[in-house]
Amino acid sequence: MNLVPEHVEQRLRERFPGVALERQTGEAMRDHTLIVPAEHLVAICTFLRDDPELQFAMLPWMGGADYLPRVPRFECIYNLLSIARGARFTLKVRVPEEQPRVPTVTGVWPTANWHEREAYDFYGITFTGHPDLTRILLPEDWVGWPLRKDSPLGYEEVAFTHNTPGRTVPSPSLKKLAPKKVRYRAQ
Amino acid sequence: MTINMGPQHPSTHGVLRVALELDGENVVACKPIIGYLHTGMEKQAEYKTYTQSIPQTDRMDYISPLSNNLALCLSAEKLLGVRVPERVEAIRVLLTELTRISSHCVWLGTHAIDIGALTVFWYCFREREKVLSIYDMVSGARMTASYFRVGGLAMDIPAGLLDRCEKFVDEMPAHVDEYEKLLTKNPIWIARTRGVAPLSATDAVAWGVTGPALRGSGVNWDLRKTEPYSGYENYDFDVPLGSRGDAYDRFQVRVAEMRESTKIAKQAIQRVRQMGETGEYRLRDFKYVLPPKEEVKTSMEALIHHFKIVAHGFFPPVGESYMAVEAPKGELGFYLVSDGSSRPWRMKIRSPSFVNLQALPVMVEGKLIADVIAAIGSIDIVLGEIDR
Repeated sequence: MNLVPEHVEQRLRERFPGVALERQTGEAMRDHTLIVPAEHLVAICTFLRDDPELQFAMLPWMGGADYLPRVPRFECIYNLLSIARGARFTLKVRVPEEQPRVPTVTGVWPTANWHEREAYDFYGITFTGHPDLTRILLPEDWVGWPLRKDSPLGYEEVAFTHNTPGRTVPSPSLKKLAPKKVRYRAQ
Repeated sequence: MTINMGPQHPSTHGVLRVALELDGENVVACKPIIGYLHTGMEKQAEYKTYTQSIPQTDRMDYISPLSNNLALCLSAEKLLGVRVPERVEAIRVLLTELTRISSHCVWLGTHAIDIGALTVFWYCFREREKVLSIYDMVSGARMTASYFRVGGLAMDIPAGLLDRCEKFVDEMPAHVDEYEKLLTKNPIWIARTRGVAPLSATDAVAWGVTGPALRGSGVNWDLRKTEPYSGYENYDFDVPLGSRGDAYDRFQVRVAEMRESTKIAKQAIQRVRQMGETGEYRLRDFKYVLPPKEEVKTSMEALIHHFKIVAHGFFPPVGESYMAVEAPKGELGFYLVSDGSSRPWRMKIRSPSFVNLQALPVMVEGKLIADVIAAIGSIDIVLGEIDR
């Protein structure tokens, strides 16, 4: 009864023949992951949800990732779950730095609402068509996208400096706090 | 009228804001506003080794620390492609099931307080205290246990632990009877929860709700059965289901889960006994795991491994993994991306409370304001996990 991810990929290739679907491979890719073009994301998700053979009715989570300095820089990861078939499937969309835009999937799974807000909050990825794309975990007046790799760790703006004109941007001494390099290398 | 609801739930003081749009006593719109407890765990994890992130996870859902530890360790183990010894799996199952009992105790006590039944709280916290002292025994900490490690446990279980767990597990069903005596047929309790905050199975799935809240709506989905980890496929237990998806059903599911957890814990104790009260508690793959301290004192090779693991941790292969466990509140998963270095390139935490809270408006819109309190209690949220 259990559905294998290879079968899901095959169904998608049959249904979307002209669309560039790329299976992500790598040394330790532990989950079957398919990279799909952003413009077909909603159609693919709707198909995966509605196809009676697949029934991916749940989106347990989606999230962003930053792969600086790679081009395209960002990624959105969608983890899909089919309760009826007992299977999971992972979709990815690659997002360029200049125009970090992805169509929203809130119309397919309403649960995507908060996840997409979180990805926007952390990475500044815009989800077009999202009903309420605002910051969710950070304060609404926060400047910058904290989970981007070029955003440093360990600095917090002094409270209430936003009341002083000219001090709304983080101070330039931030560069000192740039990510530490790993000192040891694997053999 | 628009008001800010609460705080009324003990875990929401100052950290959860629920904006309600009211028409008289009826809720027209509901918007939970979160983020007050955000500590940037996902960002911090990128600057820490995998092992250093384990204590962080204790602070997510701070009433079930070991489930959080387990999820991170399993995801890292999946990334490494290793599986821990059976004895370790049995100990992990035993302790996470006790965690489930204690988490449900906290939930039941606080949920009952919200609704006005103060007595239950004292009973529940009495049992929770026993679980905390078991944590204390294994790890030295009552709440932030950090007892699991990638590839095993921090140390072997102490002598007498199994007897203590067994005593607790044997007594627990009678205590659950006590809770039920106070609530299950209590007319006030039924009036406040029956038919309140209903969530249909379709809505629950569409909103990504997991755990007892999903099963309360009658969807048979428990990761311990459907995507078994840590050898759960070898345990005999049932998955309690609700039918109407209201607050009362979620209550019954959790109470039944406490009984099931005692069954699982009992089987786990037997397993650990069979494999020895002392024995293997870590993988013997010293590229990933610290060698036992006794060997470090005598073997040069073990000392080198010890030094390397402590100094820079282990180096997983380049890749990604996502692994979820059935935490007391639902699906708790860690998505890890490794770039081959000793720190994760990306760690995404899929926390059940975050997703379950999002379904709150679905449950309460169009209902009475008093039901919002019962609804928040019945979905069992912990803000530490929501905001991470």
